[in-house]
Amino acid sequence: MLSLLSPEMAMYISLILPIFGLFGIMLADKVPNVREGVTLVTGAIVFYMAIIVAVAVSGGARPGFEVAEIIPGLAIRFEVEPLGAMFGVIASGLWIVNSLYSIGYMRGTHEKHQTRFYMCFAIAIMSALGIAYSANLLTFFIFYEVLTLSTFPLVTHKENEAARNGGRIYLGILLGTSIGLLLPAIVLTYVLTGTTEFTLGGLFAGGAEGPILMATSPVIFVLLALFAFGIGKAALMPIHPWLPAAMVAPTPVSAFLHAVAVVKAGVFGILKVVIFIFGVDFLAEGWAADFFLWLAAFSVLAASAIAMTQDNLKSRLAFSTVSQLSYVTIGAMLATSMGVAGGATQIAAHALGKMTLFMCAGAIYVAHHKSLISEMRGLGRKMPFTFIAFIIGAFSIIGLPPMAGSWPKFMLMWSAADAGHQLVFVVLIASSLMNIVYLLTPMLRGFMDPMSSGLKFDKDCLAEAPLFCLVPAWITAIGTIVLFFYIEPLIAFLEPVTGAIGFGG
Amino acid sequence: MAIPGLEQLPVLPVVIPLVAAPLTLLMKPGRAPWAWATLVSWVTFVVTLLLLEAVWVHGPVEYAMGGWGAPEGMSAPIGITYYVDLANALVLTLVAGIASVVFPYAYYSVESEIDHRQTPAFYTALLICFTGLLGVTITGDAFNVFVFLEISSLSTYALIAMGARNDRRALTASFNYLVMGTIGATFYVIGIGLLYQATGTLNMLDLHQQLMGQSNRMVEAGFAFIITGIGLKLAMVPLHLWLPNAYCYAPSAISAFLAATATKVQVYIILRFMFSVFGFEFAFLEVALNAFIVLGIVGMFYASFVAVFRDNVKQMLAYSSIAQIGYMLLGISFGTVDGVAASLIHVFNHALIKAALFMGVGCVVLRLGSSNFAAFNGLAKRMPWTAWGLIISGLSLVGVPLTVGFISKWKLMEAAFQTQTFIPPLLIVLLIGASSLLAAIYIGRLAYAMLLQPVPEDAEPVKEAPHLMRITMWIMVLANIWFFFQTDVTVGVATRAAQALLDTGLGYGGAY
Repeated sequence: MLSLLSPEMAMYISLILPIFGLFGIMLADKVPNVREGVTLVTGAIVFYMAIIVAVAVSGGARPGFEVAEIIPGLAIRFEVEPLGAMFGVIASGLWIVNSLYSIGYMRGTHEKHQTRFYMCFAIAIMSALGIAYSANLLTFFIFYEVLTLSTFPLVTHKENEAARNGGRIYLGILLGTSIGLLLPAIVLTYVLTGTTEFTLGGLFAGGAEGPILMATSPVIFVLLALFAFGIGKAALMPIHPWLPAAMVAPTPVSAFLHAVAVVKAGVFGILKVVIFIFGVDFLAEGWAADFFLWLAAFSVLAASAIAMTQDNLKSRLAFSTVSQLSYVTIGAMLATSMGVAGGATQIAAHALGKMTLFMCAGAIYVAHHKSLISEMRGLGRKMPFTFIAFIIGAFSIIGLPPMAGSWPKFMLMWSAADAGHQLVFVVLIASSLMNIVYLLTPMLRGFMDPMSSGLKFDKDCLAEAPLFCLVPAWITAIGTIVLFFYIEPLIAFLEPVTGAIGFGG
Repeated sequence: MAIPGLEQLPVLPVVIPLVAAPLTLLMKPGRAPWAWATLVSWVTFVVTLLLLEAVWVHGPVEYAMGGWGAPEGMSAPIGITYYVDLANALVLTLVAGIASVVFPYAYYSVESEIDHRQTPAFYTALLICFTGLLGVTITGDAFNVFVFLEISSLSTYALIAMGARNDRRALTASFNYLVMGTIGATFYVIGIGLLYQATGTLNMLDLHQQLMGQSNRMVEAGFAFIITGIGLKLAMVPLHLWLPNAYCYAPSAISAFLAATATKVQVYIILRFMFSVFGFEFAFLEVALNAFIVLGIVGMFYASFVAVFRDNVKQMLAYSSIAQIGYMLLGISFGTVDGVAASLIHVFNHALIKAALFMGVGCVVLRLGSSNFAAFNGLAKRMPWTAWGLIISGLSLVGVPLTVGFISKWKLMEAAFQTQTFIPPLLIVLLIGASSLLAAIYIGRLAYAMLLQPVPEDAEPVKEAPHLMRITMWIMVLANIWFFFQTDVTVGVATRAAQALLDTGLGYGGAY
């Protein structure tokens, strides 16, 4: 058997262990190897715990426990369902990969305050798991805020003027939308229903007694607006500027937090709200979701268009992330089983793909201190492994088989066509084409073009980044290919939440 | 009703500090007055806790001063009555609790900010102020409120003026407050006079009985005078002008004590008069409620906005206090159990928040001699305990979960969604959220200076604040977290207290 631990125990451990890891990192301040060892060991155990939880969940269990009841009907409580288990596994698994990468990157670029860096990461992973395992909106909100606050020192890590400005925008928008919009949304949910528990089938859809509100009620639209804009981490336009602003952070932060943990916490939140608070069928009855469907479609195209204009590779990837996140929002707002499943698989697929891209961008920076695409011409011939990994990641984002990213796109297109939103279908195709333009061309020019003038090499040999930077990128790149073949188990795993999606039916 | 075995309990919170105060003056300057005041505050805190528990268990307590009970055939006692229900028991406990933490804290801060020879006088004034605040809260006699109000105010003027050793502007601040405070008190006493003319009684419960159904120009004028007078003391926008400088230039311990208690007591008086004395039958109440909703929202935004641009952290926090009073008024203005409860909860929570913040600033003033923003640059490296205490309580002020500020905000939003006023509920809620963001901006500014600004290069090394100050400050900081998880005291008591207040207000007097 996989373990002697009960899934509840595994949840406890995975939520508490990062805090111990934090103190371990703090104590090992002066001995970098031990410090990184603590991070990796913590990461490995947390990942193992997340697997235990996921296995239990796939067996039909819904492990959970209550921490404290604050006000009647309002408790800090955890309960895992498949979607959260998936997010937990992704976040904790990629934390290990990212920690390996951080070692290469942070040492390679001689960053200061590395201890603080790893400490903040530990809190961030804890809050990501807290979000994944939360049983109600209150718990979700608490960890959502902790995630914002713990990542702020990471964004401002360089402590220069640019970092401060970026950090200000980051914190301002995320804190602002969460307190200004998300909190009212949660309170309104509580006022209307007397609870904030995530309920399968939808809290508003309301089980046997029937819905609390009409599906066509304008209150539903207001609530959905508060949620969609309040969960600012989902970066739905116009709440996206924090994401490009956060790119001042060291690349491991961008790779892990702003391609995986933070942004995925956002779209995960959107999915949770649509599935468990509104209910997919309930939302499909009303008209409220349509507006956000169009807004998300607009986000996809607009962010892709902006991405094309960016010369800085990381900002280009950031706008690409904005665009890709809206895929999940589209999936949620389509309000069909297939759409939701597409959104959920997009969380996994995009995490692997985008993390590869960011890690490659960081590897280029570590090896040659180049961050502008215009300076990277011909560099591919010097760093072929990095560039090939980037191309694999880009294929996944574009949605080409055999990379994982093709499935969510396929499912979203199917679902859009099914639900009669042909225009969304077109938007998704257009987005793929734009992805090709802005992700693949720089890489191909890396191989084809003559070496740009800024690059000088003494010897005629490869000039790759350190292995600690390169190997993690390949791990996730291979991960996108593996996930392509194992998408069916993932869909089956999510089925209790998304509902049967019935291909070809 | 009397409490079995503890008949004299209700009078003790006033008598103990009142008797202790003059004795303090006889002591030698130095540790003795401080230790004595601290002891008194602790004893008083225990008494108020007993009182709160007794009221929770046995219901409201009445105590006739000197045994001058109601003569036969008369509904009200002829003497002064103390009347304690959950609403004022909660505020009493709060005031005494804050005192029992701030008084020990005061020692080093007072030693450095006040002339050594004046310390007995300082602690005497502090105890008198304490007496006054407790008296205002506990009494059931409208005129007695005025007496205690003046007792606390007069001693407050003196305490603020004692900040003059550090900064002479304390004198003008105190004088301003004296003028404004006296006008407020005069308004109040005029109002009481008019009510006495109309009813012939000063006992609050009796006033309620006599005023039932009475609604003429004289009563309305009395009501308006009372609300305006208390509004001045409360620093309700636009009557707030005395507050920022008074809090800013007062000795640090006094800022912490006043910010956490003085205005809170006034909120209680407003509640008492609006619901227990006048009640909803009094049609004019509606006017006040509508005014409060506007003044509350204006205050929330105006004062927060001003706070963002202050260069002195104490002054910034003072403006923030004015903004927070806006939240309390907003809660009252809903005129519902939830709204009044939210207001009371915020009274309690905000006291914890502001006490912690002002205590933190006091630590900085002690070590760096200034509360200007420049002094806070790089503070997280120089005085980490103080800096992190400030950050946590600052987050509480913004309303971040895991702190009491979140409970306040939650209850206020919950109440707002359920009201029917002339402003749509959703708009009110969004305004509450938006003004929280202003708080996030000015607290963010402070956190930014402390965490990310470099320490000035020519700065001399500083030690952390003394253990005593750090520990007492952190008690308050941890209380900010503790009362997030333990909402029985705040939400539980406040909701029942609000229920009782509104029941009286609606005319079901017996439901206490």
